[in-house]
Amino acid sequence: MIDRAVSDRSDRDRGGPAQPLLLVRDLKKHFPGKGRWLGRREVVQAVDGVSFSLAKGTTLGVVGESGCGKSTTARLLLQLIKPDAGEVIFDGEAVGAPQGLTIRELRLQMQMVFQDSYSSLNPRATIADIIAFGPRTAKHLRRHHARERAERLLEQVGLRPSFFARRYPHELSGGQRQRVNIARALALEPRLLILDEAVSALDKSVEAQILNLLADLRRDLDLTYIFISHDLNVVRHVSDRVVVMYLGRIVEAGSVGEIFRRARHPYTQALLRAMPSMDPDRRTAAPPLVGDPPNPINPPSGCRFRTRCAFAEEVCARVSPRLDPIDNQHEVACHMMVPGSGNSRSDGPANADD
Amino acid sequence: MIEPPAVEVTDLTVRFRLRGRTVHAVNGISFRLARGEVLGIIGESGSGKSVTLRALMRLLPANCEIGGQISVGGEDMNGASPEHLEDLRGGRIAMIFQEPISALDPVFTIGEQIAETVVRHERVSRREGRRRALELLERVQIPSARRRLDYYPHEMSGGMRQRAMIALALCCNPSVLLADEPTTALDVTVQIQILLLLRELQRELGMAVVFVTHDVGAAVEVSDRLAVMYAGRFVETGSVRAVMRKRAHPYTEGLLAANLHGAEPGTRLMTIPGAPPDLAALPAGCSFAPRCSSALPTCSEHMPTLEPCGEGHVARCIRVKERLAVPA
Repeated sequence: MIDRAVSDRSDRDRGGPAQPLLLVRDLKKHFPGKGRWLGRREVVQAVDGVSFSLAKGTTLGVVGESGCGKSTTARLLLQLIKPDAGEVIFDGEAVGAPQGLTIRELRLQMQMVFQDSYSSLNPRATIADIIAFGPRTAKHLRRHHARERAERLLEQVGLRPSFFARRYPHELSGGQRQRVNIARALALEPRLLILDEAVSALDKSVEAQILNLLADLRRDLDLTYIFISHDLNVVRHVSDRVVVMYLGRIVEAGSVGEIFRRARHPYTQALLRAMPSMDPDRRTAAPPLVGDPPNPINPPSGCRFRTRCAFAEEVCARVSPRLDPIDNQHEVACHMMVPGSGNSRSDGPANADD
Repeated sequence: MIEPPAVEVTDLTVRFRLRGRTVHAVNGISFRLARGEVLGIIGESGSGKSVTLRALMRLLPANCEIGGQISVGGEDMNGASPEHLEDLRGGRIAMIFQEPISALDPVFTIGEQIAETVVRHERVSRREGRRRALELLERVQIPSARRRLDYYPHEMSGGMRQRAMIALALCCNPSVLLADEPTTALDVTVQIQILLLLRELQRELGMAVVFVTHDVGAAVEVSDRLAVMYAGRFVETGSVRAVMRKRAHPYTEGLLAANLHGAEPGTRLMTIPGAPPDLAALPAGCSFAPRCSSALPTCSEHMPTLEPCGEGHVARCIRVKERLAVPA
């Protein structure tokens, strides 16, 4: 049932398994705001220096609260909005560079599934036409070939083609529509799928079905995922690596086990403690943080988390902490982790005797 | 004289007439809630949980029929005149919603909205109304409350708006609070703050609360009892502990497994096959039978009754005793 005949995916694997599929360096996007502040035009620092690498065949989870820049990052990667600065390297080729990948070539390899399954489908087109549109226009497949591919994809995402091909989006349930969105994203045979809150609007029992489907597709089609979600339980379940974002920056990154068992950044720790316990005998006694995440317009100086951090000191307002490795490919951006940074906790208990 | 229960619902049914079809949204719900007690209703979209809340508040549109009895502190909500309803709503029973931005009036400040409600219900001066508004904003822990009185809803953050809506709901000291997914649209770190605030206020004021959510974790944080709803019926009710530990109904079991909490990362998730039934064409027997892996032929013939499975714990499943006998 798995369609490998159309084009062999391994042909396109240029750098081999050791080369990261995606390398992102210092990605930035500042949007102009409406107002003025201290005489200067306001700037929304939506994404401010994001760097990460993504190994082939893995899933990278991106977590953070509203305004942290996770969706903007996704749009920057696909070049749906133009970055102000930074580099995106797809399997060794720089995107937009003279010798590199064009945006058009990039999008044949990188596709996205959005949160709102209804607004991302054309209400006037049938399900088969929606899925066949990409192959027909971008790959110039003939109508009946594109149609065959659409039916095969429907089968693959668990929708019976004879029943669904001629339906319109409004005739489908939310879970079925999200399956169509996944089929549409796969129609160009991409290697990387960005799932931006793709299961967030679904009921829990439907969400579990879609997560199982995504796991099957990743294995069968050698896909790589970037999985953006605010739901930590889901991210824990699907991810190999996790990055935690706060107000446009990555504050912590590591393997899923490191992040969920040995989180070091105070923000990550607070996020984990804010999850309901599901145990009536161990209810949460006090909220780990007070207030809402601040507005990304004119974010705090230095460490952006300092206004909500219980350990913030003078240095945190003055110097912006770098995302530095600590161990096991675990990276943290916090002055408490850097000896001699000026934060009184920076030496940690291990160095107390020095 | 025995105090009447804060809420008593007997055999509540809600039917909508839509283009010649009858949608059976709520199909016979009964429960009692004492003063100071919190009932969490959990279920997926279309299970009828929000419609139940709206029926309690008499907020449903004209194209629907409500059957059964709803009594709030001994007052009959279903038979109340429009004038009497206006007094009961706000004064006796109040409601908070998922989206405060659409529940609050965008052209009045928070202070004006709270003061207006107090003035209308308690016939006090505007000055007194504003004083009460300030007191309420402090009570829901809005920082710099005096300054925020003059804020419009759009000038506040999501968490602060939700606090303002809670203040508005509490301004006439209702004995019953209905909460419809009040934390669903919030970020996790804000969600837990609002849940803990609701728990604290509920205890201090001795309110009965009906808390509707699809998020089991949120329900466990605030509820004393849980009711699991499916296709317009309660399929399992009991204390939070009993429902979370025993999971007597197969739907509860599936819903909790799908919640991913404690699932081994990377493994296949247990899912409930199929989709919820069409509420315009409900099956004759158990509504969950078509999706249930342990269904018997009789399940699709007769609606199961609520079977006892512990102190105050019931489940609508004929195989409850077998299920609970097998150690999980």
